[in-house]
Amino acid sequence: MVDATNAAEFSRVDVAAITKTFKLQDRIFFFMTLASAALVVLMLLAILVVLVIDAIPTFQTYGLSFLWGTVWSAPTEKFGAVPAVMGTLISSLIAMLIAVPLSFGIAIFLTELCPGSLRRPIGTAIELLAGVPSIIYGIVGLFVLVPLMQLYILPFLIATVGQVPVIGYLFQPPAPGVGLLTASLVLAIMILPFITAITRDVFLTVPPMLRESAYGMGMTTWEVARNILIPYTRRGLVGGVMLGLGRALGETMAVTFVVGSVTRLQASIISPSTTISAQIANTFGEADGLQLSSLIALGLLLFILSFCVLALAKWMIGRSDTL
Amino acid sequence: MNLIRKFAVGAAAAALSITLAGASFAADITGAGSSFINPVLSKWAEGYKAATSNTVNYQSVGSGAGIKQLLAKTVVFGATDKPMSDGDLEKNGLAQFPMISGGIVVTYNIDGVKPGELVFDGETLSGIFLGKITKWDDAALKKLNPDVKLPSTPISVVYRADGSGTTFNFTNYLSKVSPEWKEKVGSDTAVQWPVGFGAKGSEGVSTTVAQTAGSISYVEYSYVVANKMGFSKMKNAAGKIVEPKLDTFAAAASNADWKGAKNFNVMITNQAGDNTWPIAASTWVVLYKQPTDKALNQGALDFFKWAYEKGQKDATTLNYVAVPEAVAKVVMESWNKDFAAK
Repeated sequence: MVDATNAAEFSRVDVAAITKTFKLQDRIFFFMTLASAALVVLMLLAILVVLVIDAIPTFQTYGLSFLWGTVWSAPTEKFGAVPAVMGTLISSLIAMLIAVPLSFGIAIFLTELCPGSLRRPIGTAIELLAGVPSIIYGIVGLFVLVPLMQLYILPFLIATVGQVPVIGYLFQPPAPGVGLLTASLVLAIMILPFITAITRDVFLTVPPMLRESAYGMGMTTWEVARNILIPYTRRGLVGGVMLGLGRALGETMAVTFVVGSVTRLQASIISPSTTISAQIANTFGEADGLQLSSLIALGLLLFILSFCVLALAKWMIGRSDTL
Repeated sequence: MNLIRKFAVGAAAAALSITLAGASFAADITGAGSSFINPVLSKWAEGYKAATSNTVNYQSVGSGAGIKQLLAKTVVFGATDKPMSDGDLEKNGLAQFPMISGGIVVTYNIDGVKPGELVFDGETLSGIFLGKITKWDDAALKKLNPDVKLPSTPISVVYRADGSGTTFNFTNYLSKVSPEWKEKVGSDTAVQWPVGFGAKGSEGVSTTVAQTAGSISYVEYSYVVANKMGFSKMKNAAGKIVEPKLDTFAAAASNADWKGAKNFNVMITNQAGDNTWPIAASTWVVLYKQPTDKALNQGALDFFKWAYEKGQKDATTLNYVAVPEAVAKVVMESWNKDFAAK
């Protein structure tokens, strides 16, 4: 009896002590995780502050006309953002036009139609594609894709689509192989695995009951994809697409190799052009003074652009929730 | 996972640079800048270490980045392909002197035309890069090359996409021979080219020229030799046709008026002399006149003295041209005046 009371008392004291330690541990853990989270926000703000401060000379010199200036010339100290911004937007847009339908196709095949034995190899291949460093895409693009474009694809495009009124303006020479379209193709291959992986994963979250009921109603695979899979997973799909777009906007190394680095503004999408990140990568090392400031201003624009893309994605996800 | 990997690499790099920086405090002479001078400077550093057991650590990060590091005082000396202006030197208390010269050559890829066969002069070259001469069988090119069968194919201009001293010197030459170029385009490490497209680095340029029929570009001579690329001859300021080789580069370096120029600010493009290669380039070394660590600065000067006196052979083997002896003498005399810590 005495022993039992003692034991109970002992254990009560022990529990209190343990609870105290646990509470302390939890507090420490809370502050550590809070600090980690705060660090991310602080870093983001720090980057923004540095970009803004270093971009000030540019906006002092050119004002807002930097945003619609079309010349980028270091010797005459004239800097405008339009060619690089346009190049970034157009190459990302074309890459998305190619990559999104392809990714959806791959994901539908993998989740709905693929024989079980093929599912793993194809899935692994896509994951491997995501792991290839971007410099490899750049080198393969330069050595393999550029000659193909130069000798076969671009002349064909000029001879066919280039002759069509209006649209033809987008397919005019010079087309030396490097250029916006080549960069877009490389970008499309690079963002494909990201969009595909997410699309496949969200398609797999569709409850089997929904899917099977649809098939049971006599729907074709296309109808299931169109009316069940895509509406059910809209949120995740938008997220995946936006992740791909974010990557396409900022991709540097591979694009720098194949975009052709021309800072003149041109209508043709098969001609050499430049992008924000390629422009920065090319000239940052040797730039000083106003040129350096203008490059940082370009970086700031890319930062804002990426932020807008993310904000748009969040907004679209929020909107699709209420539907 | 990607983020984590990037973070780990960054942390490792930071840790490494901290250890390197710690080590360099011992006695290493650190420098950063021009990639043009890097091969020969590395070779000199090797020889200097063997001779004196002093270590010279050079980072080939590009001229502009080298000057930035010098201004941030993270290195003892900077090396640049673009001489600093008198104002910038004075403002920051710096002194500069030439360390090496070399040549830039025009390279092309035309069906049926052999390497070394074509001749250009300043006017046609600027015409091509301005976009006024667009076909290989243009009258101006035919006149310069009466014996070469030139095809009627379009000219593809290829240039360095990244900012580089090579571009600075090449556009400096075009500005000297063509008032139109000077006015419309100008000269810098990167310019807005009226025609053509860019390729990244010397490697990118050589690959692109090899892939593109009818293309023309410019690269450093040492790169052409190493990669056995095709090159052209040039008609120089004296109206003579010269081949790119060490003799003609040396002629450019010795015909320039180094002694008369303030801060040795002389571009050796388009120099006089019958045997002068017109597109020659130099690299300058930049140091603080009143450094925080006088011993290290002196160490760097000792190294450059050694390079002036013993480094010519290394320069020649690597297809560079050493600074002419007479000029080296003037440079070393200027040190007595410029660097108080003698």
